[in-house]
Amino acid sequence: MFEEVGTTTEGDLIINVGPQHPATHGVLHLVITLNGETIKKVEPHLGFIHRSIEKMCESLSYRQFIYVTSRMDYLSAHINNHACAMCVEKGLQLEIPPRAQVVRVLMDELTRIASHELWWGAMAMDLGAFTPFFHAFRERETINDIMEETCGARLTMNYMVPGGVMQDIHPDFQRKVKEFIQLFKRKIHEYDEMVTGNVIFQNRMKKVGYLSAEDAVSYGCSGPTARGSGVRCDIRKYYPYEVYNNVEFEEILETGGDSFARYMVRIREMEQSVCIIEQLIDNIPEGDFQAKTKAVLKLPKGEFYSRVETARGELGVYIVSEGGTTPYRIKFRSPGFSNLSVLDHIARGSKLGDLVAMMGTLDLVIPDIDR
Amino acid sequence: MWSFSDIANELHIWLNKTFNPTLTLVIEMVIAGIAVISLFAVLGLVLVLMERKVSAWMQIRLGPNRVGPKGMLQSLADTLKLLVKEGLTPNGADKLLFNLAPFIAMIVAMLLMAPIAFAKDFQLWDLNIGVLYVSAVSSIMVISILMAGWASNNKYSLMGAMRSGAQIVSYELSAGLSILTIVVLTGSLRVSDIIQSQADGWWIFKGHIPALIAFVIFIIAVTAETNRAPFDLAEAESELTAGFHTEYSGMKFALFFLAEYVNVFIVCAIGATLFLGGWMPFHIGNWTGFNKVMDYIPSSIWFFGKTFFLIFIIMWFRWTFPRLRIDQLLNLEWKYLLPISMINLLLVTAMAILKWHF
Repeated sequence: MFEEVGTTTEGDLIINVGPQHPATHGVLHLVITLNGETIKKVEPHLGFIHRSIEKMCESLSYRQFIYVTSRMDYLSAHINNHACAMCVEKGLQLEIPPRAQVVRVLMDELTRIASHELWWGAMAMDLGAFTPFFHAFRERETINDIMEETCGARLTMNYMVPGGVMQDIHPDFQRKVKEFIQLFKRKIHEYDEMVTGNVIFQNRMKKVGYLSAEDAVSYGCSGPTARGSGVRCDIRKYYPYEVYNNVEFEEILETGGDSFARYMVRIREMEQSVCIIEQLIDNIPEGDFQAKTKAVLKLPKGEFYSRVETARGELGVYIVSEGGTTPYRIKFRSPGFSNLSVLDHIARGSKLGDLVAMMGTLDLVIPDIDR
Repeated sequence: MWSFSDIANELHIWLNKTFNPTLTLVIEMVIAGIAVISLFAVLGLVLVLMERKVSAWMQIRLGPNRVGPKGMLQSLADTLKLLVKEGLTPNGADKLLFNLAPFIAMIVAMLLMAPIAFAKDFQLWDLNIGVLYVSAVSSIMVISILMAGWASNNKYSLMGAMRSGAQIVSYELSAGLSILTIVVLTGSLRVSDIIQSQADGWWIFKGHIPALIAFVIFIIAVTAETNRAPFDLAEAESELTAGFHTEYSGMKFALFFLAEYVNVFIVCAIGATLFLGGWMPFHIGNWTGFNKVMDYIPSSIWFFGKTFFLIFIIMWFRWTFPRLRIDQLLNLEWKYLLPISMINLLLVTAMAILKWHF
């Protein structure tokens, strides 16, 4: 019965995971060659959520195209917008007011916490534990409420504009963020008790999906995925933008290279984000929240590049301008694409059950991979 | 105390007076059959609702709260929905096996209800090998899962079924060995004898630490045997979408679903019977006054209280633990649980011979 439905000539079983599958968190399609339960090959197929965002951006003005990028990595919409706004500002050689810089960094770090929270819950769900997902969402809702007050949206905020931020922060913003930080510091220990310390969880994560530092570099991994293998690559540290060179924070490095190391990097990164927010929340300078810009932005002829550290890694925005009101070419260097490419390498030889755990620790957001 | 057997006897006498003996026997069997079927349905509905409420409580949600008072009728509504849904048979499936599998699952669950003592003198069939019967019949469950997995013509189903086969066959050993410890202590396989032997205290208290070890191993093994998380590798929705019942829909799916919950009830009932005294109230040695007071609580409340306590523990596992991997699952059984339960059985045997237990 099974000969006709997908076995290789060596008699290995080929199964299709996705594009509609609970483990892929979106429309990723994996073609997996299996020998029993052991993975021989993983082949990711993309294209199910390709919206040609880069091409769309080319027909939109420099103010408009930023809104489209919220739909790439929808979990760190702020940071995507930030990268684009920064690139346009580079082209315009625009100085943005200090208040806007601090607000941008605050929003970025809140986004990073929210994104890591969702990753934490979804990864636990991949491993078969449902409850952490709801606990993570409880705290994530608080962040979304804070965002909603200031930006008017909960997921695709579109708050960063060339020259600063769209509007001033809500009067309650500082108080609510401080309350959230107090709550979150308690909850992060709860997370450790619930998942990190669990013996089943540790057995599932340790010595699984090993990625060496050399491979991480050669596959172009970035963000927590690379830092879990001991590669120093935090853009905030090495190519600081906005006020990141004025705040004290630690670049989290783990040398394990396995799924557990990548997990620990993200958990500890949330603590560092809290640390950054704590330093800035009482020191938001007074002043304008937006620099004066012309109604129609025109970038000079040339090529501009900006890079930021999103929750998943390095996001690069490359704009080629011919001097008009729309970009001639836009290219996004998304972290998810490079991180996904490593999946086949780390998954070979492990069990099918571990594949979902590895995908969890790579923190894949499909619309980011497949723009 | 008032007992269910009074009603049963009255009914038996009345039936004998009205009909001839053969017809009486037939009518009694029909009544028992209807009772089992309705118990199957009611237990399934209650446990599904309980699971949803327990999970909601652990996950800071409300759970079902729209249908009926506090969502009590939610699972009834779900059953009605499943009843009117189309039961699809996929192309290329083995039609006979595909349609037979859910019924085998259901029949196994119903057969297992026979030797369970729900209350004092309330038992369908007190056969002399009751405990052996339970472990024998419960292993038929794996056949229905293998059938479902093979006949579906789906790779996910096949993998789920294969996993489940390896898992159930392995964990049956530990479950059987921990059942044996109590059989050794009691000296009987008959369920009523096992319950009666706990009249001066439950085995979990009388049997020292070995009984406690056996109890813990039993709970772990039956969690695996019923395919519940953290051992739900046969379903493993994040890996295999729904495992062996991926292709099932409508009432055929519901039968698998209900059978799973009824199986959970049954293994918990067996656990409560063996280790926690079944319907036997909480008695301490020869404290006659205390024992009398405990006797005033009806035996059915004792039985269902203990059983639902164990069910709650198994649900608690499900909603807090991540899933094991297949090799870890088999390691746990063959490297840890099986040797421990074998040594434990030897300990208990020595204890029973030397009369060290209370």
